[in-house]
Amino acid sequence: MTEGIPHVSSSAIPDDSVVPRQRIQTPTAAPAPAAPPRIDGTPREAPRATVFDIRDMSVMYGSKKALDWTTLKIYRNLVTAVIGPSGCGKSTFIRSLNRMNDSIPGFQIGGQVLYHGHDIYARATNRVEVRRRIGMVFQRPNPFPKSIYDNVAWAPRNLGMKKNLDERVERALRGAALWGEVKDRLKASALSLSGGQQQRLCIARAIAVEPDVLLLDEPASALDPVATASIEDLMHDLKHRYTIVIVTHNMQQAARVADRTAFFSLDGQERVGTLVEYNDTEVIFSNPVDTRTRDYVTGRFG
Amino acid sequence: MSASPAAPKNRVSAFIADRRAIERSRGDQILRGLCLLAGLLTAAVLFEIAYQVITGARPAISKFGLSFLWHTDWAPNLGHFGAGVMLYGTAVTSVIAMLIAVPLSIAIALYLAMMAPGSVRAVVGPLVEMLAAIPSVILGFWGLIYLAPYVHTHVEPILYDTFGFLGIFGPPQTTGLSTFTAGLILTVMIVPIIASLSRDLFLTVSRELIEGAEALGATRWEVIRGVVLPSTISGVAAATTLGLGRALGEAIAVVSVIGTAAQIHKSLFETGNTLAARIANDIQYPVSGLQVDSIFYLALILLVFGVITNLIARAIARRYDVHRSF
Amino acid sequence: MTSIARSEALPYDPTAPLTPSGNLRRRLVVSRIAQGAAVAAAFIAVAALALVTFDVIKAGASALSLDFLIQDPPQFGGIGGGVRSNIVGSAVIVFLAGVIAVPIGVLIAIYMTEFAGPKSRIASALRLGLDLMQGIPSIVIGLFVLGLIVKTQHKDSGFAGSVALAIIMVPLVARSTQEVLRLVPSPLREASDALGVDRWRSIITVILPTALGGIITGSILAVARAAGETAPLLVVDSTFGPHLTFNWFGPMPNVPVSILTASDSLNPAGFPRAWGEALVLLALILLANIGARLLYARSRRKLTG
Repeated sequence: MTEGIPHVSSSAIPDDSVVPRQRIQTPTAAPAPAAPPRIDGTPREAPRATVFDIRDMSVMYGSKKALDWTTLKIYRNLVTAVIGPSGCGKSTFIRSLNRMNDSIPGFQIGGQVLYHGHDIYARATNRVEVRRRIGMVFQRPNPFPKSIYDNVAWAPRNLGMKKNLDERVERALRGAALWGEVKDRLKASALSLSGGQQQRLCIARAIAVEPDVLLLDEPASALDPVATASIEDLMHDLKHRYTIVIVTHNMQQAARVADRTAFFSLDGQERVGTLVEYNDTEVIFSNPVDTRTRDYVTGRFG
Repeated sequence: MSASPAAPKNRVSAFIADRRAIERSRGDQILRGLCLLAGLLTAAVLFEIAYQVITGARPAISKFGLSFLWHTDWAPNLGHFGAGVMLYGTAVTSVIAMLIAVPLSIAIALYLAMMAPGSVRAVVGPLVEMLAAIPSVILGFWGLIYLAPYVHTHVEPILYDTFGFLGIFGPPQTTGLSTFTAGLILTVMIVPIIASLSRDLFLTVSRELIEGAEALGATRWEVIRGVVLPSTISGVAAATTLGLGRALGEAIAVVSVIGTAAQIHKSLFETGNTLAARIANDIQYPVSGLQVDSIFYLALILLVFGVITNLIARAIARRYDVHRSF
Repeated sequence: MTSIARSEALPYDPTAPLTPSGNLRRRLVVSRIAQGAAVAAAFIAVAALALVTFDVIKAGASALSLDFLIQDPPQFGGIGGGVRSNIVGSAVIVFLAGVIAVPIGVLIAIYMTEFAGPKSRIASALRLGLDLMQGIPSIVIGLFVLGLIVKTQHKDSGFAGSVALAIIMVPLVARSTQEVLRLVPSPLREASDALGVDRWRSIITVILPTALGGIITGSILAVARAAGETAPLLVVDSTFGPHLTFNWFGPMPNVPVSILTASDSLNPAGFPRAWGEALVLLALILLANIGARLLYARSRRKLTG
């Protein structure tokens, strides 16, 4: 792979073909991504920017390969879902996008993960800077044992955003659709919130620093249906400001919230996670090309 | 733990509860009885300790009363006894030890829990714990022969030159035997205690909490300061209290390096005395029964200190456990 | 690069290279300093251990010889001679302290893990009692035994020393035994109960043997700790010198008091021997510690597999 590639300009026809090596080739030349909704009068056909350009990414933990050669692009201001059966490497994939796998013993990554053209695993890349721009919300809510206000304000304080902190906190909580429920008890402990509220607090916490990308690792899997619905509603709003990548084991959720969907599956004797198909959500769910995708989305397995 | 599915486990647990409720076999009763006997023995010893110390101290208590606590005379031949010098010395040496040991121990614990790679932690951790295994008599001997002279020639002059205006750092005395050196030796003794306990505490901070902080673009130090330390603060406080208890009661290492003074000196570099050191010093060749009684009086004070620090540590730790049940 | 306009722009340029932006550079420096301090602290601790050990080895190695171990010290603590009487005395005192303390500690631990329910008041009381016992300064324990035994017997004795050391050891043995017993998997107990086996039988034939490794290592550590305790012996068995004896009920010379007296006496003639004793004591204790740890790690692996 050549390094130092300048950030990829949005070509009119992005090449999304997923071609895993040594696989039966089912060409998946995808059409151009869905045109952006009109917000401020930009032409409908304005091509979308690429946020992540992932090339031949593979992950090993020690000697066990967890993720096979994965190539795809993630586009700005879209919700991209990552679906697939358990253990297919979805979490590994998304965590590799903001270097959260670094602390896992034996973690090795191959290929390139280009974020706006910059290799996030390059030696010159600073991991903390990566995470500042690419935030993450985890599967189980993990609020700090602090007050609600301090949870949201913690990262902005670190970043030196001391001015208008109250407004920033309020904006973040509104953005996470939590403001109404907590505005009278900002000093209360975050641990006194319900599970769904805690997760929205974690989302508020993540957007308080205004990241560029939000990675959500099965954010609703530990929540009840009502809380899940509120999280899903958030996606539609949040994607206007952020680029969202969401891992979910719930296909229907992907169908509801995502613009594009990537389907991963376990492959081969060694059960290595592989990207099987990646396309607009409609295509994946109504007209998948690969039989494995078809089997999964029609519920034949997984 | 048990991997059996819920239903059978409940059945087994109910079965066990039944068996506990019904009349146990002779063997069970005997074993249970033995165990309780052991427990009773322990309780009895505790009460006996209190009784013996109080009884031993009673003649001195009735003779000196509470003024014993602030009188600074300790002249066995004249029958004058007072704990003032020792209380002062105990306080000062403990403060010195805590001031150095607490930040040092927390730093060591943070290194072991959060920064050291696994293989390093597996070696350095036990090494730190083994520091606690060094007998106090050897540490005292080492302090006498090696540390005191070194402190006397290399450390005290520097401190005197730089901070002499504070008054507590006087000119170095003839030997290195001083309150300051005793404080240093105590530091060596309590660092492993606080560090090991704190390390265990830091290791209990959940991975999820730490990742949550890291995912917000925080530096390692910010993660420590914002998440790890606040969630373990009570436990660390309890560990610190236990270290303090150790420092208060240490006799042998201190008696070797503190010089057993008979009066309070303002400079830390002069000799001093502590409760435990005085006991160790005088118990071998007391000149009068009153001296022995006074020694017991000192021991009573020490006993009270030991019990109080222990209870405080437990109280703090219990609050921490409650906190952790979230 | 074209993109749809956002309702608000980000406070930074996300397409900029991934090097520290904003205040990150300063924060990274702070973090690095903090980490450096932590590494330095750990280094200081290890260095202290190395320094003390090294000094003791250096000072004591020259005194070591076969004579050292088989001869008794000179009458008035001068040059030459060995430390046989002290070593024998300490061995007897510490061993018998273990004989007293280990059964008591194990029994208490058995009660707390096998018999007491989760809300047992007795267990809480025991826990409190053991904690308190552990918090009593060892010299106060010495004075206790002084009043209890030495005063009534009118003499110092190894017996009194062993009792004092046993008091120090019981909480340690109880705690470590408890930890190991907790590691014994519940299914083992439940299966035994379900088979109708008496509690006491399963404890003695199944649970204790499973936990034996851990119990032994806990006892070794407690014994190592007791071996180094000087304060109680100073009070109740302040003996050292050439009187080799196995009479537990009389004064027994012992190593810690011998070292302490030599160091206090300011007579440098006795120092080499004292350093030799210190080296032997330290070596035994550190080796016991290392060995116990390795044994514990192994038995822990077996238990939690």
